[in-house]
Amino acid sequence: MNALLLDRIHFAFTVTYHYLFPQLTMGLALLMVVMKGIALRTGSDRWNQAARFWAKIFAINFLLGVVTGIPMEFQFGTNWSEFARRTGGVIGQPLAMEGVFAFFLESTFLGLFLFGEKRLTKMQHFGAAAMVWVGSWISGFFIIVTDAWMQHPVAYHVLENGTYEVSSFWGLLLNPWAWLQYAHNMCGAVVTGSFVVAATGAFYLLERSHEDFGRIFLKTGVIAGLISCLIQIFPTGDMQGREVAHLQPTAMAGMEGLFNTQKGAPVVLVGQPDEQAQKIDNPLAVNDVLSFLIYGTTSAEVQGLNSFPRDQWPSALPLLYYSYHIMAGLGTWFLLLMAVAAFLLWRGRLYRAPWVLWPILLSFPLPYIANTAGWMTAEIGRQPWLVYGLIRTAQGYSVHVSAGNTLFTLLGFLGMYSVLTILWIVLVYRFIRTGPQAGLHAVPGPEPTTLTTV
Amino acid sequence: MGFVWFWIVAVMIAAYVVFDGFDLGVGILAPFVAKTEDERRILFRSIGPVWDGNEVWLLAGGGTLYFAFPLLYASSFSGFYLPLMIVLWLLIMRGASIELRMHIDHNVWRSFFDSLFFVSSALLAIFFGAALANVIRGVPLGSDNYFFLPLWTNWRVGAQPGILDWYTVIGGVVALVALVTHGALWLALKAPDELETRARRAATALWIVLLLVTCISLPATIAVRPSALANYKAYPVLFLIPALVVAALIAMVSFTRQRRPLAAFLSSCFYLVFMLVGAAVGLYPVLLPSSTDPARDITIATALAGPHSLHVGLVWWSIGLVLALAYFITSYRLFRGKVSAEAGYGH
Ligand code: HDD
Ligand code: HEM
Ligand code: HEM
Repeated sequence: MNALLLDRIHFAFTVTYHYLFPQLTMGLALLMVVMKGIALRTGSDRWNQAARFWAKIFAINFLLGVVTGIPMEFQFGTNWSEFARRTGGVIGQPLAMEGVFAFFLESTFLGLFLFGEKRLTKMQHFGAAAMVWVGSWISGFFIIVTDAWMQHPVAYHVLENGTYEVSSFWGLLLNPWAWLQYAHNMCGAVVTGSFVVAATGAFYLLERSHEDFGRIFLKTGVIAGLISCLIQIFPTGDMQGREVAHLQPTAMAGMEGLFNTQKGAPVVLVGQPDEQAQKIDNPLAVNDVLSFLIYGTTSAEVQGLNSFPRDQWPSALPLLYYSYHIMAGLGTWFLLLMAVAAFLLWRGRLYRAPWVLWPILLSFPLPYIANTAGWMTAEIGRQPWLVYGLIRTAQGYSVHVSAGNTLFTLLGFLGMYSVLTILWIVLVYRFIRTGPQAGLHAVPGPEPTTLTTV
Repeated sequence: MGFVWFWIVAVMIAAYVVFDGFDLGVGILAPFVAKTEDERRILFRSIGPVWDGNEVWLLAGGGTLYFAFPLLYASSFSGFYLPLMIVLWLLIMRGASIELRMHIDHNVWRSFFDSLFFVSSALLAIFFGAALANVIRGVPLGSDNYFFLPLWTNWRVGAQPGILDWYTVIGGVVALVALVTHGALWLALKAPDELETRARRAATALWIVLLLVTCISLPATIAVRPSALANYKAYPVLFLIPALVVAALIAMVSFTRQRRPLAAFLSSCFYLVFMLVGAAVGLYPVLLPSSTDPARDITIATALAGPHSLHVGLVWWSIGLVLALAYFITSYRLFRGKVSAEAGYGH
């Protein structure tokens, strides 16, 4: 394997793994603020305990987000040094801002939130929870600004030595791509958070233990889930699709498996792209829909891959196509499931409906898959560009780091992350087994020792 | 602008060393001073709420380096590829060991994470010291400003050195001793009773070693990099910095003798800061010297990002720093005072 390919796998693996944790913490942070808010308004101890329970799970995931995030911050220099050298003047900015504005805030207020319950007033403690939420969402914003500049570079100019510099700070932060991507991505994090909370609730109800908490979790998860799943598809997913079609037409053609430019282009629901023959096998397609989704009329012409030179096609075409279809397919399933659950909740029948509780329980891994697939769509769709239209991926990697060294560290990360995964599963499982009641007996409040003890 | 950003990055690195330095030191000291489970809990409790915030200085510093000196970030991070990856793995292991040990009440589980905490803290201290020594010694920069260093070659300081040679090993040892002392003084400040006494004794004993290695490191540096003296010769007032290093060293031990732990800990902070400032002055305006040809040095002028980025950056960086300091003050105030042994164990 050559060094470039290994560098790509290296980055893709470490960032995909990293993002398993922030997607939960960002979604959960919002739901914890909601729980703390309800507790504050109603004076209910139950909701406070619910928040405390999720804070423990939050803390473990936060820790893993932190330790797997640190390598990300350095990998631009280690494995993508040419890219770092040329674009540091632009994307170094949001990355440094993330550290200065988000990580300090998050780490401090998480400390206060987890340890301070006895030292702070109720209102202050709610405030600490809110700041944790704000911090994690600011952090998400800056990283999306970074990514959005790679997808759609704006507000830059080229210096004499061939490197890039921001020409307008606000232009960079207000990149339209970033705001849309931010909306869709953060909403995706709320989907993950909602499904995890709802699935835990469903588990308790099916198991017939901690049932009062089971109901609270299920209700919170289903309501938040319905709202976020709706927004995920419309308007954010729909708008993202149109934006990609206009600004990255090659990516859109690849996502849809549209080999030939045509009027009244179809949406392929099922089918396998055949790169050699340039067609879709076993297609189940609806004519005209793609044209309509992008341009608002069924007869509009949509550019297929054959309108572009072969060296501008996304390199991993089938993977791009599948990623996109997996995301969109799962999005549809989420909305259906949450709509049914919300309806039953409204009619007061959800808690006694195992035929819905089971699918909710089993669906908890799916938002992780959808979020990962969404990012694969975005990142693979951007290929062969590292910065769309400016720098090719092959021009960005560290030529002085040999393939052997990259493989060595890739294997190291694989090993280390396997161990982390096991620890993570064991600990989260133990928390869920012990249940939210555990906190009840800790009467005079233990003085917690580290971040993750509540 | 270059001058300003050079010192901003230096300040952030110094802040990282001072803040994360004490929790690294606590980690290295742990097996030697904490004998019982209760004592180990106190030790973790003394750094629990703050270690993550301390580590953010590394991230923020790295990000600032990336944005102000992209060439330096690109060249040094890819050139120091292997040690940097090892540092990342150690940071992962260390974070995990601090946070996960409490969750399962089982002695095998806890002993495992205690050992991991010790090993990762000690190796990190050594690696950070060696890294700084590498920067002072210089690396074989090519004409394209890049290089790649193996972990070791023949342990000599030559044109084709490895990450580890006799000089950088000295750097690693200095950092190790300095941070353990720093951690011991922090513990003397935060821990009660028996543990406090042990920490204080450790600090006094370590102090002699620290004095010794500091004295070795200065002539070694001048031998390896004579040009480090250039700025000092041009502006003799700068010799005040090594004088302050010595003053801080003396203050450390005398405050410890007088049982004034806060003053002793702060002296240790000043010792670290002046050591780093001394090194930065020796380098300025070079950021990464070449071991083969001074014409290939990466300097502020060659690595600096564009002027507009830097102007804008100065605005948000100042705002951000004020906020960060406010958070730090809030958090250190809330958790000030001795950590108590009695206050329950969470079960
Ligand atoms: C729970 C997760 C989830 C769900 C259900 C969906 N998405 Fe998504 N999608 C993401 C999570 C996500 C993401 C991980 O958050 C991405 C990656 C980059 C981004 O901004 O959001 C993304 C990106 C993304 C892109 C941009 C790809 C690119 O930049 O090249 C488009 C066009 C869509 N999505 C469209 C949709 C549509 C039409 C959906 C509905 C059926 C949908 N997404 C459901
Ligand atoms: C938000 C910040 C992100 C940035 C700045 C970023 C940047 C990059 C870079 C530099 C590469 C390597 C070059 C390349 O092959 O294009 C890459 C590849 C990749 N990234 Fe991202 N990424 C981000 C987020 C993510 C996330 C969250 C995921 C997945 C969950 C992801 C998935 C991938 C994948 C799958 C590749 C490999 C693409 C390929 O090899 O074709 N990225 N990204
Ligand atoms: C190239 C991509 C990425 C880099 C360089 C990166 C960097 C980091 C770093 C260094 C941390 C540790 C922070 C600490 O010490 O407190 C972290 C955590 C975090 N990251 Fe990433 N990250 C990347 C991708 C993403 C993406 C795509 C998102 C989501 C939009 C994200 C959201 C977060 C959040 C919310 C945290 C806080 C920790 C947590 O809540 O688990 N990151 N990231």
